[in-house]
Amino acid sequence: MNINATLIGQSIAFVMFIWFTMKFVWPLLLKGMEERQARIADGLAAAEQGQKDFADAQEKSVTEINKGKEQAATIISQAQKRGDEIVEEAREIAKKEGDRIKESALSEIEQEKEKTRQELRNQVAALAITGAEQILMREVDQQAHDEVLAKISKKL
Amino acid sequence: MADEAVITSKSYITHHLQNLVYGKLPAGYERDGQILNEATWTFAHSSKEAVDMGFWSLNVDTLGWAIFLGVVFSFFFYRVAKNVSEGAPSGFSNLVEMIVEFVDNSVKDIFHNENKLIAPMALTVFIWVFLMNTMDLVPVDWLPVLAQKLAGDPHFYFKVVPTTDPNITFGLSLTVFALILYYSIKMKGVGGFLSELTLHPFSSKNIVVQILFIPANFLLEFVGLIAKPVSLALRLFGNLYAGEMIFILIALLPFWIQWTLHLPWAIFHILIVLLQAFIFMILVIVYMDMAHQKDH
Repeated sequence: MNINATLIGQSIAFVMFIWFTMKFVWPLLLKGMEERQARIADGLAAAEQGQKDFADAQEKSVTEINKGKEQAATIISQAQKRGDEIVEEAREIAKKEGDRIKESALSEIEQEKEKTRQELRNQVAALAITGAEQILMREVDQQAHDEVLAKISKKL
Repeated sequence: MADEAVITSKSYITHHLQNLVYGKLPAGYERDGQILNEATWTFAHSSKEAVDMGFWSLNVDTLGWAIFLGVVFSFFFYRVAKNVSEGAPSGFSNLVEMIVEFVDNSVKDIFHNENKLIAPMALTVFIWVFLMNTMDLVPVDWLPVLAQKLAGDPHFYFKVVPTTDPNITFGLSLTVFALILYYSIKMKGVGGFLSELTLHPFSSKNIVVQILFIPANFLLEFVGLIAKPVSLALRLFGNLYAGEMIFILIALLPFWIQWTLHLPWAIFHILIVLLQAFIFMILVIVYMDMAHQKDH
């Protein structure tokens, strides 16, 4: 228990251990730990950035989808409109065509009617002449005859 | 153990409290009934011989254990420091890094100057004192009896807890004291340090009164300064010595009943071991901070 040179030995040992720790242990440990700290911080920042990017992408995709939907709706409505137009046009064309056909048919009928009338007139005239010839049973003045016929023909 | 020696409680205790001392006995010294012809370097055979060896003798056991534990600390911490990687730490290196971070934070909290010495010193003090204190938890007879068997000498003294030796604790605290003086003078200059010792706590604007105050101030401040290393060493020594003493007393009980006291005291002692190491470290940091502070 008495004080002796152990005191000095211990002091020397203490100084040496402090020197060793200061030289070889502390800086290495702290450097390594700081490096790891920096790496972890970087990793966390990267993760956060990734999360943010993901959220951004998600948001972007939603807007894209909405835009697409809108576009699709526009296209559909346009198509509908266009379809309606086409139908309308077709209807118009068809109507016109019908009218034309009808008209031409009518005119044809009219022509046919006129023709038939003319024919009938001629036939009636011929018939009348034949009838008259038979009735008279004689030769009539051809000229007077034709005049009469023309008169009758006009009246018909 | 020994054939002729009857072990009494007193001899058991005193034997446990005696260091293994290596020193020089003067010529003409009466030893074991013989007179020494010339001065001899030898191990002390009794407490009286240890005292008679004077100052220039060494406590081989406690100093040896202290150095051994310091080497253990240096070796393991150096190995971890060398292999510290950027990856996730595991096992022992995790523990080491936790301790280093804890010490680093303590230093940052308390010490407000730039000095690359303080943190490594705090770490050394903390771990070293902790390891030396932990030797107290090794049952009191294991290592001494082992040493006696190895040495073949039933009287072989062997104290294994370095911090129960005041030489060891004073060795630590006086080194710290030397650093306090060194940094006080380095940071404040001789004049600044002296004025710190003489112009506080009593001060006056009147120069004559101030001069009258100087002796009183110096007395107070000087006692305060000296109290730092003394209290640092005696606190550690006292706690561990008392703990060791109680372990020795418990060891006097019959072996089948010892555990009833030994176990609770050992568990409680874990706290003391750690707490004293922590207090020692914190006080070292505080004293170093005070030494660096320029304005009182």
